[in-house]
Amino acid sequence: MKTRSTRAIPSAAVLTVGGLLLTACGSSGDGGSGQAGPASFEGRGPISYVAAKDTTGTIQPLIDRWNKQHPDEKVTFIQLPTDADAQRQQMIQNAETKSDAYTVLSLDVVWTSEFAAHQWIDRLPEKQFPLGRMLEPVVETAKYRDGLYAVPHSSDGGMLYYRTDLLKKAGVKAPPKTWAEMKDACAKVQKLPEGKGVGCYAGQFQKYEGLTVNFSEAVHSAGGVVTGPDGKPDVDTPEAKQGLDFLVGSLKDGTIPKKAVTYLEEDGRQAFQNGKLVFLRNWPYVYSHAQKSDVRGKFAVAPLPGLNGPGSSSLGGHNLAVSSFAKNKATALDFIKFMTSEQSTETLLKEASLAPPYASLYDDQQLIDQYPYLPVLKESIVRAVPRPRVVPYGDVTASIQREAYAALTGSKSSADALKALQADLQKSVAQ
Amino acid sequence: MSHTRVPPPSPDADVVTGAPAVPARTERPAPRGGRRTVRATSGTAGMAALLVSPTLLVLAVVVLYPTVMALHESLYGPKGLDPETGFISDTEPFVGLQNYADILGEAGERFWNAFWNTTFFTVVTVTLETVIGVAMALIMHKAFRGRGFVRAGILIPWAVPTAISGLLWRWIFNSDGVANALLGRQILWTSEGFQAKLAVIVAEVWKTAPFIGLLVLAGLQVIPKEVYEAARIDGAGRARRFWHVTLPLVKPALLVAVLFRCMDALRMFDLPYILIGAQKNSVETLSMLAQNEASNVRFGPASAYAVILFVYVFLIALAFVRLLGTDLVGDTGTPERSRRFGRRRKSAEVTA
Repeated sequence: MKTRSTRAIPSAAVLTVGGLLLTACGSSGDGGSGQAGPASFEGRGPISYVAAKDTTGTIQPLIDRWNKQHPDEKVTFIQLPTDADAQRQQMIQNAETKSDAYTVLSLDVVWTSEFAAHQWIDRLPEKQFPLGRMLEPVVETAKYRDGLYAVPHSSDGGMLYYRTDLLKKAGVKAPPKTWAEMKDACAKVQKLPEGKGVGCYAGQFQKYEGLTVNFSEAVHSAGGVVTGPDGKPDVDTPEAKQGLDFLVGSLKDGTIPKKAVTYLEEDGRQAFQNGKLVFLRNWPYVYSHAQKSDVRGKFAVAPLPGLNGPGSSSLGGHNLAVSSFAKNKATALDFIKFMTSEQSTETLLKEASLAPPYASLYDDQQLIDQYPYLPVLKESIVRAVPRPRVVPYGDVTASIQREAYAALTGSKSSADALKALQADLQKSVAQ
Repeated sequence: MSHTRVPPPSPDADVVTGAPAVPARTERPAPRGGRRTVRATSGTAGMAALLVSPTLLVLAVVVLYPTVMALHESLYGPKGLDPETGFISDTEPFVGLQNYADILGEAGERFWNAFWNTTFFTVVTVTLETVIGVAMALIMHKAFRGRGFVRAGILIPWAVPTAISGLLWRWIFNSDGVANALLGRQILWTSEGFQAKLAVIVAEVWKTAPFIGLLVLAGLQVIPKEVYEAARIDGAGRARRFWHVTLPLVKPALLVAVLFRCMDALRMFDLPYILIGAQKNSVETLSMLAQNEASNVRFGPASAYAVILFVYVFLIALAFVRLLGTDLVGDTGTPERSRRFGRRRKSAEVTA
């Protein structure tokens, strides 16, 4: 409803903002270097905040707090569907029609490059945000070609959930740091009477975004890359092959149950909670669910294992950006500062268990008491490598899913899959 | 304003023909009424055009305009990335028929795979739905206790939104789901392979067989009882009555139902998308390709896919109307024509 009424505001408003942008160029932006400098952020008044439907009920109170302090710059919360693709589609639609209905956008970390390259979002003045106190890989997800286009709001990293009771019984002292150690531990557990019929490891291996996450993690954890630092694909390497071979081999020898190729986050969580898995790669949200299940008190988390040592996770989370077609951008900038402040993100961590971008919050003893996984999560995020940061992300993730799934289901060898993937990625990125 | 003065459907024409006073039918007297009526209808035709114009206008806005826009859009390529600035250009380049060439050439493998999937799903699901739907209609048509209950039960799948039924069946076809528990096997329905196709077919038939059942039931209800009595008196058994009385008489309704189902099945999108997932080669349909391109902000190629699908659906519909004589419009097919002949004969009697 809100969307419709705001959309009706004459496009004259857009023109005005456009005019302002032209005339007042560079008057307030004080940071950033490189090609096109940050846009100027002028105009104060009501704006909108566009994000996924808030199932935790923590966003609106936060906005209410802002609205109380800024009665003339009220923020309206526009909730989009929970499905990420649907959110992206609505945001793109808004940008394609150059509508000013959306002001501050909550973008999934993998969308930054696409939105920035299309100039759907404005470049932000870097110096106005406390990026130095945030975890570095998280800040990287908000950048496009060295320019800051969004500000980290929440983060997410993969962790290894494991059954403490089973490992203890099998005589395994510490959680595994490498894949080989993990397989060893499993072999010991499966020899126990309790370990009969228990699968070793699972992640998200269905053909969807989760596979891109898991594939990238495997490749990065073996020392390979999907796209190099320059953004060029470089996945047809021996290191990447070792990563993919870990997944393919595990599926073949039964370390990963066969049915895991249909697993989404929830399927793996169910299997782990039902005691069908010793190890599970999943996001922090599983922690509170598992605490209420049969494995309560019998599990813990550790950083993801890798080939020769700890692995590296992919990153989830959301960044806040300003729509290029919005008005009242000065208010928008202030609102982003408010939403991404240490105080706000702490509230979100406490009440919605959203991982904050600030390093210090992970070391807060009170918070650790509430969320025992925080130190592990911090380690996971610090060592994380973001998924490929490319403009045609939709094509890139589709190619990764296609080739990785072909390798996992055995219809292609991992060498062939990587070769085809490299060719595909080169084609999409070159466009 | 000449046509405003002309009285609506000229009453004398209807009196003469003895046809029911349906305004749209008034143009018909022209061929048989001789010169006098031809002149009279030129005004009526103007009136008819005026009366139809709002409909045509609406059709032009909601059907013609989008179609033409899609055709136009399909001639433009995706926006390019400027490697210097790192920004995507504002305008889409005109590429002529390049999008179509790419679809059939470079992306040919994916396109033909989707094309065959679409065709396969259409043929298999519509065939199964027709058989099951007709059976359902025959059951629903029978008079027995609890008929209302059975009718409602049969129609429920049709009332469930496709997206919801996709989710329902995803639970059933889960690796630990009901389907595997019943079969006692570990079949990975939602991974790539023929089993994924099978899952889609089962869910689709479950959902839409009632649609055919419903339309056929409507057709069954207008068959007069006397025809069956006559057949029985002539000594026709159950099977013969079905083949020689029920089927021919229900054929017009059945063909319309099958045509609708074919057109629907050719555009299948939500069920495979939700049940099995996007980008799964085993179940990817043409609509999914178009959606995939559009979601990657390539509206030109997306339109090209949509246009190809449009042409395909259009050809199938045309074939139906031409080859099978589906009575879609109401006055091109055989039954209507014979009725008109009948009326003509009757009108001849009246005038005589």
